[in-house]
Amino acid sequence: MENAVVIDRLTKKFGDFTAVDEIGLTVQKGEIFGFLGANGAGKTTAIRMLCGLLLPTSGSGSVGGFDIYKETERIKKSIGYMSQKFSLYQDLTGDENLWFYGSVYQIPRRDLRKRMEELTETLGLSEFTNRPAGSLPVGWRQRLALATALLHRPKILFLDEPTAGIDPVFRRRFWEILYRLADEGTTLFVTTHYMDEAEFCRRISIMHQGKIIEVGKPQDLIARYDQPNLQETFITLISQEGGNG
Amino acid sequence: MSIVEVSNLYKTYGPFEAVDNFSFSANKGEILSLVGPDGAGKTSIFRAVCGLIKYDSGQIKIASFDVSRDFEKIKPLLGYMPQTFSLYPDLSVEENLYFYAGLFGLKRQQFDEKKKLLYQFSGLGPFHNRHAGALSGGMKQKLALSCALVHDPEVFVLDEPTTGVDPLSRRQFWDILKNLRAEGSAIIVSTPYIDELELSDRVIFIYRGSKMAEGTPGELVQKFVGQVYQLDLLPTSERMQQLNKIEGITSRRFGASVHIYTRGSHTIEEYHDDLRRIGIDPDLITPVQPELEDTFIQFMGN
Repeated sequence: MENAVVIDRLTKKFGDFTAVDEIGLTVQKGEIFGFLGANGAGKTTAIRMLCGLLLPTSGSGSVGGFDIYKETERIKKSIGYMSQKFSLYQDLTGDENLWFYGSVYQIPRRDLRKRMEELTETLGLSEFTNRPAGSLPVGWRQRLALATALLHRPKILFLDEPTAGIDPVFRRRFWEILYRLADEGTTLFVTTHYMDEAEFCRRISIMHQGKIIEVGKPQDLIARYDQPNLQETFITLISQEGGNG
Repeated sequence: MSIVEVSNLYKTYGPFEAVDNFSFSANKGEILSLVGPDGAGKTSIFRAVCGLIKYDSGQIKIASFDVSRDFEKIKPLLGYMPQTFSLYPDLSVEENLYFYAGLFGLKRQQFDEKKKLLYQFSGLGPFHNRHAGALSGGMKQKLALSCALVHDPEVFVLDEPTTGVDPLSRRQFWDILKNLRAEGSAIIVSTPYIDELELSDRVIFIYRGSKMAEGTPGELVQKFVGQVYQLDLLPTSERMQQLNKIEGITSRRFGASVHIYTRGSHTIEEYHDDLRRIGIDPDLITPVQPELEDTFIQFMGN
């Protein structure tokens, strides 16, 4: 099977602070991969390198077959990235936000109109596209942010805490959308602090202080550490590594 | 003993009824959790309790003082952590903490002692010189929390304090809440995490400004109507689609298995033929107890 993401000894230093410390991973095409870790472990920094937004200090990597040093522009065109912070223009409506992102991706006007209609339909956004993004409840804003990340039909989608602060009912609906994308062959690389969501992933990695300390199927990790669930497994692992400082 | 009494609270924004005849009380030495969808009215209630917004009608009393009349007496009793916290991004972690300590009149020595405790839970010690603006999302949340914990109020109002916080830090944060509870504080908290509801003494489900249900986690689970079954097969999309076509039952992903819900007093046996038709062996299905999340979803769905 082809690989969507391959990284080896990937490192990012900011001054004398090592944010990402020689991490290695392989994510298969069409996989839902959970990229977990403690707060400040370096997940967002790693994702930004994978998305071609930040140059690594050392190590190697490719995303969708493109090199993360030399082919960042091609990476940006072939992936979707939903960042932790709201990427939406608060005073623009949903439609205007979609139109703006579509233009950034240089999607021809007629195609863009069609894709906007499709996404509005599949994500159930139709009631909300005429309202300023800033006035939408968080759950809908996140769906709109997802729509902007999907406009150019990316093969690989990076989602950085897409469901933070969303209630359990809405989170489940959001994940139904993600499953549908995965069924259609999109690779999903997602960070979350909700361990029930992490259990929905095919494989997960756990990051702590810049390093990846475990990779595997959620059920295998739970069994390996002899814990009742993933939440306890996560806590055990991070505690073993010496707190979260 | 109740220290917060909210009765018949109404709050509208134009035509929008954010809080619709909401009453509750919070006791000393108790953790009360509010859970509901975004826009359900939690933040408006919290702001009203903290004297930050005017409400249309109703009454809020804290330690028998009326929030709308005696707010100055209430202020020192209250610790509030808003959902969007205004940390000073260009001050360091420690400077932010010191600023809040100053607001509440802590002496340097008191601050130094408190600081140690707060760094212990937050793990922010090594980052004490870092600008708040340069912290990761979850670390910002922990700093905001720490600022609300700097003085020792009797009533804590915490609006989604653990959103974006990793599981270990959440556990450490809840350990702090339990300590505060043991010291007799009343803690009112909203959360999107079901496991945190289970750590609470009482839980209120809120929807569209109204109370849908209230009780201990155990009492709320009892309110679930219907039967829950676990199917030990992977919840592939194809399987979920097939299951969702069977009328009369609802199926949801549950980790690496599937939960199936029947309605009212119906049992799974009535659906064995339907299940076999899509290739599912009924022997793989076992009855399980409903969980708090099941009850929450049921209340929100209706």
